[in-house]
Amino acid sequence: MAIIRDIMPAFELFQPATVGDALGLLDQHGSDAWVLAGGLDSFDWLKDRIKRPKVVIDLSQIAELRGVKEVNGGLEIGAMTTLTEVVRNPIVKEKFSILATGAELAASPQIRNQGTIGGNVSQDARCWYYRGGWKCYRAGGNICFADTPTAVNREHAILHADRCVAVNPSDSAPALIALEAQMVIRNAKGERVVNAEDYFVGPAIDITHMTVLKPGDLLTAIRIPATWAGAQFYFEKVRDRQVWDFPLMNVASAMVVNGGNIEKIRVVINAAAATPLRLTAVEDAVRGQPRNTATGEMAGKLAIVGAEPLRYNGYKLPLMRNLVKRAISGVEEPKWA
Amino acid sequence: MPAKTTPNDSPHRLVGKNYQTPDLVAKVTGRAKYAEDYRVDGMLFARLLLSPMAHARIRSIDASEALAMPGVKGILTADDLPAPADAITDQGVVIPANKLGDRGLTNEPMYQGEPILAVCAVDELTCAEAIEKIKIDYERLPHVVDPLVSLRPGGPNARVQGNVWMRPAAPPAEPGKPPLPPPPAQVAELKWTEEDFAAAKDGQMPMGKPAEEWSFGDWEAGLKSADLVLDETFVSPNTSHQPLETRTTMAYWQNGKVYVHTGTQSTAQTVPAIARWLGLLDEKKQPDLTKVVVISEYTGGGFGSKITGAISAVIPCLLSKKVGAPVMMRISREEEHFIGRARPSVHGRTRVGFTKDGRITAIDMYTICDNGSYDAQGDGMTAGRMASLMYQPPAMRMRGVSVITNTSPRVSQSQPGGFQGIVVMEPILSKAARKLGIDPVQIHKINSPEGKAEIGPPVRGKRPYITSSFIREALDRGQELFRWDARKAQVKRSGTKVRGIGVATSCFVGGSIGFDGLFVIKPDGKMYVQSGIGNLGTESVHDCNRVAAEMLGMPWDKVEIAWGSSTKNLPWACPSGGSQTTHAMTRAAYITATDAIQKLQQIAAKDLGGKPDDYVVANERVSRKGGGAGMSLAQAAKRAIELGGIYDGHELPKGINKMTATSATALAGQGLLAVARDTMPRDGLTHSFVAGFAEVEVDLETGKYFIKDYLAVADVGTVLHPHALGGQVLGRSVLGIGHALGQKWVYDQHYGIPLAKRFHHNRPPTILDVPSNMQWDAVNIPDPETPIGARGIGEPPVGAGCMAILNALSDALGDDVFRRAPVMADSILASLEAGHPMEEGLTAHI
Repeated sequence: MAIIRDIMPAFELFQPATVGDALGLLDQHGSDAWVLAGGLDSFDWLKDRIKRPKVVIDLSQIAELRGVKEVNGGLEIGAMTTLTEVVRNPIVKEKFSILATGAELAASPQIRNQGTIGGNVSQDARCWYYRGGWKCYRAGGNICFADTPTAVNREHAILHADRCVAVNPSDSAPALIALEAQMVIRNAKGERVVNAEDYFVGPAIDITHMTVLKPGDLLTAIRIPATWAGAQFYFEKVRDRQVWDFPLMNVASAMVVNGGNIEKIRVVINAAAATPLRLTAVEDAVRGQPRNTATGEMAGKLAIVGAEPLRYNGYKLPLMRNLVKRAISGVEEPKWA
Repeated sequence: MPAKTTPNDSPHRLVGKNYQTPDLVAKVTGRAKYAEDYRVDGMLFARLLLSPMAHARIRSIDASEALAMPGVKGILTADDLPAPADAITDQGVVIPANKLGDRGLTNEPMYQGEPILAVCAVDELTCAEAIEKIKIDYERLPHVVDPLVSLRPGGPNARVQGNVWMRPAAPPAEPGKPPLPPPPAQVAELKWTEEDFAAAKDGQMPMGKPAEEWSFGDWEAGLKSADLVLDETFVSPNTSHQPLETRTTMAYWQNGKVYVHTGTQSTAQTVPAIARWLGLLDEKKQPDLTKVVVISEYTGGGFGSKITGAISAVIPCLLSKKVGAPVMMRISREEEHFIGRARPSVHGRTRVGFTKDGRITAIDMYTICDNGSYDAQGDGMTAGRMASLMYQPPAMRMRGVSVITNTSPRVSQSQPGGFQGIVVMEPILSKAARKLGIDPVQIHKINSPEGKAEIGPPVRGKRPYITSSFIREALDRGQELFRWDARKAQVKRSGTKVRGIGVATSCFVGGSIGFDGLFVIKPDGKMYVQSGIGNLGTESVHDCNRVAAEMLGMPWDKVEIAWGSSTKNLPWACPSGGSQTTHAMTRAAYITATDAIQKLQQIAAKDLGGKPDDYVVANERVSRKGGGAGMSLAQAAKRAIELGGIYDGHELPKGINKMTATSATALAGQGLLAVARDTMPRDGLTHSFVAGFAEVEVDLETGKYFIKDYLAVADVGTVLHPHALGGQVLGRSVLGIGHALGQKWVYDQHYGIPLAKRFHHNRPPTILDVPSNMQWDAVNIPDPETPIGARGIGEPPVGAGCMAILNALSDALGDDVFRRAPVMADSILASLEAGHPMEEGLTAHI
């Protein structure tokens, strides 16, 4: 079949007004259904005619999926809340600023006005072979084109690759994991809540999906507990362009420091593997240690143990080492005369 | 940085002053109509079927199922295209058709993404569904996307005919006759030896037999006598033009004439181009200008990729004829990546000798140009020509080869070849300054051209020279405005950050000659100017006419400009490419205004007595010098109609272009008609210059760098329109800066398939990647060889922008961190970590 891009195939469009109706439709159409949030990921797939769902369920009319609510000192963010709304929310800014920072570094202002927090954490891999329609493992084939002798793979994985070497591109996900967020998932049978770090799946478990969502499932909300409110946060994203670019890598840390020592900490890195990685070994190693450069450097070196570069992404090792160091001990800002 | 952004201190009434261009409101309100905005009754849509392979031959096409679908109206394949026709220049010189050129559709796709056929239907969805039902039997052919791979012994050829363009020498001119054009370039096979490859040390570009070569002076002696000789390899990127308006075209036929709505860099010159592509020739085998109407009021950028429109425009034209209905062919962003053209990369290896004082003694340059799949690209050799001007070596050898690859077609992009010459040379100048302990601004000044400086190899025994250069004045101005010396003295490193400053100079052709002007002063006292210039965002379509209005003393609000459609009786104009327009068309405006003044003086003398020379034209009147009798221009226009003949256009001068004559004839009898061709002398070749200054800050722990400040100072002669000039200086600087920061192509060599096809993958720079307060200035010294003194600006800011940044980066990081552009965080970080350049130096498209 000849290939043509940039023209959306026909599908049946549903625009339910309630979560209940959406779940009913998802149950009815099963794997034939495609869930449409902000469309920034979906429309690429649809316009390129690579994904061809029979049914598209557009969530944009469901008011109950939007907005940020304060719950027990924490927050519940509707999955359809736009990234701009998350960034501008005063409580997010005040108590959980790491999320505002991460979300604001995603994409571009226009995309953040349209893109949703639920979509940002659930988006598919951006590997240019996979997105180009190449029939790779992730697309149900039996090869990874990004891991061949001629493959160009500067943006690919250095950790936990399993046949597929794509990375997770989300900027909000590491912040949410650092904040111990929980994902609220509903389907026709009921509701389940999973920890943010367990929401993502790597190729070893499911090579064709990025999250635990199954047909019929809907991510309805993200809950942020009060646990890390007002903690010391660090978020940094390194990207090629200063706007409209996915991370070469990003890092998030939440920390409670007592008497100069790190009392509590969570450290997460993304775009290093197919899932955002919570660095528990690093957390364990620095807990109780003084928050200083030596601890940061030790943490950075520990973080990249076991990392394996591909032909063009060797830089990701020093990048991850340095970002983890900064997430622990901060960045030494220049003091120009 | 002190702001000096608008040299708006012109002594003239209009020239050098800011004003609101006639198209401004339409552009900012969205009322401006681009090709895609048009709709006509019964309009159908067309979409393209693109090659999935890098190189193949089509055995058969089965479109039966597609054509049987409801709503599908027709199909166009390469078999429906007219044979390539010869081109005939304005001077009547025949340029034979390139039989291996891009024709729009093909039966031998030369690159992945090349259009094979187009389907026309009632809507685009039906087109797409029909295309998916077409079965094509491909015979896969060998492919290669890396020039050096193709040059290897036994390496694949991108074309069945060979892998390089060879350019035979031009035959000697007959005595007293103009020189003959060189015969068309031919495809041949060229392979280098294993020894050629083995002779290059790690990271160095191998150098086998070239396809082209020139030299002047004793370059070997120059290198021998040098105190310092650097031998450096540097690789420039392939970059798509990526105009925001893709090459969408809508076409329909009425009474045997095709109406084409498209984007173009020249309204006038797109008419013969489309006629030639469609095979619409007159009895003299010249393009039949009466058969084509081009409508292009607004063009969303071209940068060299739409110089006379785009060959893909023939597809809706021919489909429309075939199905008997208007056809709109929208081009998607990805399709634009495939067919929208790109700048060819150049691998350059250059040996440069310096005295201990920093003066260049000789240059020995070799370039390998990634030619892409179609027409021969001259960028590789032009790189040497522009280096010979910019750095004024007393002796030089230039060698090059343009290697055909199975990648999207290339064409001139802002500063074609000149850019690559600057990119290859500037790291060497920068390194020499460090090694010799000379200030970077000084080493540029020491080697800069001044006045009628020489350029390129000898022609008939003598090296050509330029009209003027004031780049040293630009360097002086920039050194002061940028506070270069103070910045040089500042602390370089603090925390994880390191700062660096850089300067680069850049040059390119800044004007052509020989085009026409046409306007009418009507009895209502207004001046009606016809402009054949394309409206591609530079505003020269309007700006150049300010010269004529100034000379006639005409208030600007009484000037009406007709542009944007060949139905509007337009004169022959230069295409807005190679920074020709400001120079060429201010000259045309000048000579045409001179024609008007002479006619006004003659009319006044006839009616009021005395000699024509007794009269002057000023303040909307022609009147006797020193006061006395006169008449308004409105009265003179009325008299011109009464007098007829040369005065109202019923009698036209010889030597004007055919298109101009047709347009003037159509306008005859409406007032005082001024029409003329620029035949004024010019001693030298017109070139423009820019000096760029940059400061960068690098984060040593991430490899990421940020541009803190940027200043460009232009030497473009007289400033015509400060706002438009500033837009060009800074806009084109950003284009160049994109080449430094991250814009590039990426191919998987095994499959021969591009990976970076969309904006977020091939990464043109964004507004947030450059400083928000970029500065510019112009030395504003008139060029002595053109009456207005104005030269073009489009090209030289590009190289200066790119290399001021990269020179600043090497000032911050030291030598040997990078050896190709763009320079991105990954290569900086990996190289700093390893202590030597880590990025593969020579592999193409990574």
